[in-house]
Amino acid sequence: MVAPAETEASSLVVREVRKSFPAPDNPLSRRQVLDGISFSLGAGELISLIGPSGCGKSTLLRLVAGLDSADSGDLLIGIEPITAPNAERGLVFQDPNLFPWLTVRRNIQAGLVARGVLHEKKNEVDEFMRLVGLEIFANVYPHHLSGGMAQRAALARALINHPKILLLDEPLGALDAFTRMRMQDEVLRLWQARRTTMLLVTHDIDEAIYMSDRIMIMTPRPGRIERTIPVELARPRQRDSGDFLRLRSDILKFLHFAGKS
Amino acid sequence: MEPQEDLVPTAIVEPPSALRWRTMLAVPFAAGIALTAHTFIANREPPLETHSYRLLFIEVIAVSILLALLRRFSPGLRRWMANMWPIFTAAIVSVCVWDIVTLGLRMLPLPYFPGPSAVLRSLINDRVLLLDSTWHSLVLLLSGYTLGVIGGLISGICIGWSSPIRYWGMPLLKVVGPIPATAWIPLTMVLSPSATVSSAALIALAVWFPVTMLTASGISNTRASYLDVARTLGAGRAYLIFHVAIPAAVPNIFIGLFMGLGASFLTLVVAESVGVKSGLGWYVSWAQGWAEYGKVFAALIIMAAFFSTIMTVLFKVRDRVLVWQKGVIKW
Ligand SMILES: Nc1ncnc2c1ncn2[C@@H]1O[C@H](COP(=O)(O)OP(=O)(O)OP(=O)(O)O)[C@@H](O)[C@H]1O
Ligand SMILES: [Mg+2]
Repeated sequence: MVAPAETEASSLVVREVRKSFPAPDNPLSRRQVLDGISFSLGAGELISLIGPSGCGKSTLLRLVAGLDSADSGDLLIGIEPITAPNAERGLVFQDPNLFPWLTVRRNIQAGLVARGVLHEKKNEVDEFMRLVGLEIFANVYPHHLSGGMAQRAALARALINHPKILLLDEPLGALDAFTRMRMQDEVLRLWQARRTTMLLVTHDIDEAIYMSDRIMIMTPRPGRIERTIPVELARPRQRDSGDFLRLRSDILKFLHFAGKS
Repeated sequence: MEPQEDLVPTAIVEPPSALRWRTMLAVPFAAGIALTAHTFIANREPPLETHSYRLLFIEVIAVSILLALLRRFSPGLRRWMANMWPIFTAAIVSVCVWDIVTLGLRMLPLPYFPGPSAVLRSLINDRVLLLDSTWHSLVLLLSGYTLGVIGGLISGICIGWSSPIRYWGMPLLKVVGPIPATAWIPLTMVLSPSATVSSAALIALAVWFPVTMLTASGISNTRASYLDVARTLGAGRAYLIFHVAIPAAVPNIFIGLFMGLGASFLTLVVAESVGVKSGLGWYVSWAQGWAEYGKVFAALIIMAAFFSTIMTVLFKVRDRVLVWQKGVIKW
């Protein structure tokens, strides 16, 4: 753990959070999507969240980002409750959602413009475009980009704000295996350099083991955190080490078992 | 990363000079026919002055032959000719048919349907007044249109963004908006001291309604995920409105601008013919009063050119602004 001041601003506590939506088939009843989610994320920690499609991972991330509010329960940054979105909490959405009317460069610098700090930080724009390998696409509009390139641009757009907490909703899902591994290393490098607190949603167990300090496994209907698995492998991790593979098969076994019950 | 092919702005690959002899000769040939037909018809009526009409077609023949000779030196010219010559030919043939039907066969009642040579004569004789009328129409149209667009954008953005304003404003808009602007003419004539001012206000009203409607629907239908992204990036209200909602609404806004432009043409012509004593609309009804139908047709031709030029300008602006969008409608 680092200095307490830093801890305040970048640790996340989620306590007994519930969230329901109107049921699609019957608008009078409500469907419980998140049912008593509790966990906490220390400053500088990187936690993965895995679980089957529709179990409420994106819903949880939206709550943490402050885009929606929970039905009950607490969401705290340090000791402050989350009430509204904030540039301190970045979110990379499942879809890239680039602004189609802006070029790649202008998309990436959108956060700087929104906060009115473009002038001081102009040089960082190039740095982040290089980081995601899009420098030659600077002046191209998003509809020319492939899915993977768009997702990388969206990643750079969130990173440029240097958020204290970064919420990642399958940010690397659309990438090919090589780019994906390179980006995993880049994200880890940023994480280590900045001590950003990260919550990563992924469908890829290897990615979860490779990247995170802990893995939370969610089960659906209603969404609960079924198990939290610490990953106690030394970094940098080897994707083919015995411990890695053993952990991987444990998780698979658990998921298989959870899927049956 | 790897540069993608579709990113390189490749010039449109030209088909190997698609301009055929047949296409190239069609224009002078059609002009020759029109000229011959006219000479034949007009010879029966010695008092008609048809010199300018003949001169026009002689010029067409001369210019088309000249261009045919010059085509070797410019691929652009060649492409333009291959593209435009068929339509020019059709236009010349239509004029020729018009000439034969009116002047030659006398199939249409005469004072109302003059032949093309008479229209051309009116066009040339009355050019000063026509030019002046066009200028007045342009000034009136642009002032009314600009006013209406500014008003429509402001009210559209307010209605689209703020629910209280939408609640109170929308019913008013739905009730008052669909009334054709020209229906207000009796009222504005009483209210306003100057016919020009009231006409500009009418045009503005006609433009204001579609621009407001389309802007409001564009703004309120902004994809929620764009607004969410902007919020997580630290955007305040001003950024959300001016950098997200408005750009997202621009395609819709342009539809409103085009609808408003159509409405403004209509209102302009009506307002000019009943109130203002200048402009093309006034010119038409004035010429009609004197039963000078050659002038009426001349003014209609000018109007067609005038309005379609303005339309084309707006399309060009739209293409510029919406480069980020794929597949825009061509004009
Ligand atoms: N705004 C909403 N209104 C109604 N229902 C919603 C809304 N948002 C999410 N849901 C429902 O909540 C459930 C969880 O959705 P969520 O997007 O959080 O799943 P997820 O775990 O992210 O799935 P995936 O892995 O496929 O992205 C789904 O059944 C979805 O239909
Ligand atoms: Mg999701």
